[in-house]
Amino acid sequence: MSLNHPTSTTKQRRPDWAALAIAVVLAVIAAVIFFDVARVKGAAGYSQVGPATVPEWIAFGLIGLAVWTAIEAFRGEFPARDRQELGPIVWVVAGLIAQMLLLNRAGFSIATGVLFALVAAGFGRRKLWLTIPIGIILCLGIWLIFAGLLQLSLPAGPLEHLFL
Amino acid sequence: MSTFEFLLQGLVAAMEPMNLLYALIGVTLGTAVGVLPGIGPALTVALLLPVTYRLDPTGSLIMFAGIYYGGMYGGSTTSILLNTPGESASIVTALEGNKMARAGRGGPALATSAIGSFVAGLIATLLLAFLAPYVVQIAIKFGPREYFALMVLAFVTVSSAFGDSALRGLTALFVGLAFSVVGIDQLTGQTRLAFGVPDLLDGIEVTTMAVAMFAIGETLFIAAQGMRGPETVEAVKGSVWMNAQDWARSWKPWLRGTVIGFPIGAMPAGGAEIGTFLSYAAEKRLTKHPEEFGNGAIEGVAGPEAANNASAAGTLVPLLTLGLPTTATAAIMLAGFQQYGLQPGPLLFATNPQLVWGLIASLLIANGMLLVLNLPLIGLWVKLLTIPKPWLYSGILVFATLGTIGANPSVFELGMLLTFGLLGYVMRVFGYPIAPVVVGLILGPLAEQQLRRALAISQGDVTYLFTSPIAAVLFVVAALAFIVPLILRIRGRGEVLSQMAANED
Repeated sequence: MSLNHPTSTTKQRRPDWAALAIAVVLAVIAAVIFFDVARVKGAAGYSQVGPATVPEWIAFGLIGLAVWTAIEAFRGEFPARDRQELGPIVWVVAGLIAQMLLLNRAGFSIATGVLFALVAAGFGRRKLWLTIPIGIILCLGIWLIFAGLLQLSLPAGPLEHLFL
Repeated sequence: MSTFEFLLQGLVAAMEPMNLLYALIGVTLGTAVGVLPGIGPALTVALLLPVTYRLDPTGSLIMFAGIYYGGMYGGSTTSILLNTPGESASIVTALEGNKMARAGRGGPALATSAIGSFVAGLIATLLLAFLAPYVVQIAIKFGPREYFALMVLAFVTVSSAFGDSALRGLTALFVGLAFSVVGIDQLTGQTRLAFGVPDLLDGIEVTTMAVAMFAIGETLFIAAQGMRGPETVEAVKGSVWMNAQDWARSWKPWLRGTVIGFPIGAMPAGGAEIGTFLSYAAEKRLTKHPEEFGNGAIEGVAGPEAANNASAAGTLVPLLTLGLPTTATAAIMLAGFQQYGLQPGPLLFATNPQLVWGLIASLLIANGMLLVLNLPLIGLWVKLLTIPKPWLYSGILVFATLGTIGANPSVFELGMLLTFGLLGYVMRVFGYPIAPVVVGLILGPLAEQQLRRALAISQGDVTYLFTSPIAAVLFVVAALAFIVPLILRIRGRGEVLSQMAANED
């Protein structure tokens, strides 16, 4: 699914601050590239083409796009955006961070089970005392299939050690 | 050996019981994942890539072929029954297909799309088999500058020719290109943009990026919309089978769709969507029942579905013969090849013919299996569509992280998944397309190699790039593909282009 908004037709003359921020980010990426590849410039051979050449071209492109984005931002030409709800996003991101923190300590099933429950919470199922155990059992099943049968290297924790 | 013998040999290899099993698993998994709302073929392939890691290259690619075709088929089921196309190429199918489903003719709509996909897939895969050796003959003559020109053309068509804004398409492409230079430079061994982080030395994984952008970005985006109106799944009422009139009205659109779709997919330009739109327009003009268009005309499902599948097979022509991915799906397939140290291109046909022809043959087999599998199992796929959102998206995230952990069990990789997921979310909010990032990331290093080889030959003289006739023509076409849509948009004709936005597939 995608956003296929028609270009905004609202003719307000205030700059679009969020779009301006994008222009700044693009320029910053370009600056980081210029700064970083300056180290490897010496490696260009007699042809003057080296590891720094293409990153520099890309950085020039990014600067051009930053300017273009800034122009569209001032003209208010960016598509209208729907209101975004932050609550669910916090739940989902929290789930992913929890999985990262738990993965090597508690093993795949517990870490991913917590992720499962927190994402479901983001979509409105907040009964964590139910969803966390369901998620852990589900992920244990997945672990047994993928680590057991398909031999993927998924980190094992106390729960997994009961089975293998 | 002739093409025919190679193909026959490939068929024999693909018919081995183990390989048939791989194809069956691939087709089933591909359909099951592809049918889930919001998941297109690109994400299906990216999510299921890890499943194939531990198999040998042949088995893995065979399973892969099944996943690819299964995912495509699953996508069209979703758009007929749910009216939320999982992939942009299915938008047209949703136009007429969903109307048919609402009128209680969901069965025949699914059947004509399944059989049409089969017919188109069969013809297009055979065309691929017979066309590929000729393209390889031409590709052998290509030097670095021709390859570079070809890649520039692919960059332009993927990013800025379609979609609603050249600016946002190009920005997405350049973000992908910027990520593509992270890691050790392949020609000199210098590290670039790794900032001393050892995990970045190998560059950014295409599959991590694709899964993050498509799965996590999409999940965040859907979550942020809050609880808005529920979607209704149309029940499949009545017979699944098509009656005599349905057959009579379907077979010509299938063939026309194939003829329209295949060349568009086979061109190094990309986008299965264009073929489906052209096919829809053609059927609308040729139909004897114009009054039914917009209310559920079976031709409007049969033609575009065939075109969709034919161009999906067509995209394998540039992918296999030139190593040039022109869609996000093809980009992820290329990543799958690279997993085994295989670089598709003319050389692969010479060095590893069993593998290439085994893959093409298993596409044929996967295609047949889909037909057998899907008509009887329609009820099961419909059930998958009714999974409530919380479980659907938690499941998607479990599988997305499973794939990343399976490929590289490190917390750093999960951190990248989260970071790119947030990036994908922000890009969605601001209306940036996702596919150019993925294509830029995988094609960037290849384009850089060719460019630097070309410039090394000319000792840094940039004009050398344009002085070969083939390269010059390709650059002119690329320039036109950039300028013409820009003018169309300025003159207010941009709606057509934004409808053709190549977002996912």
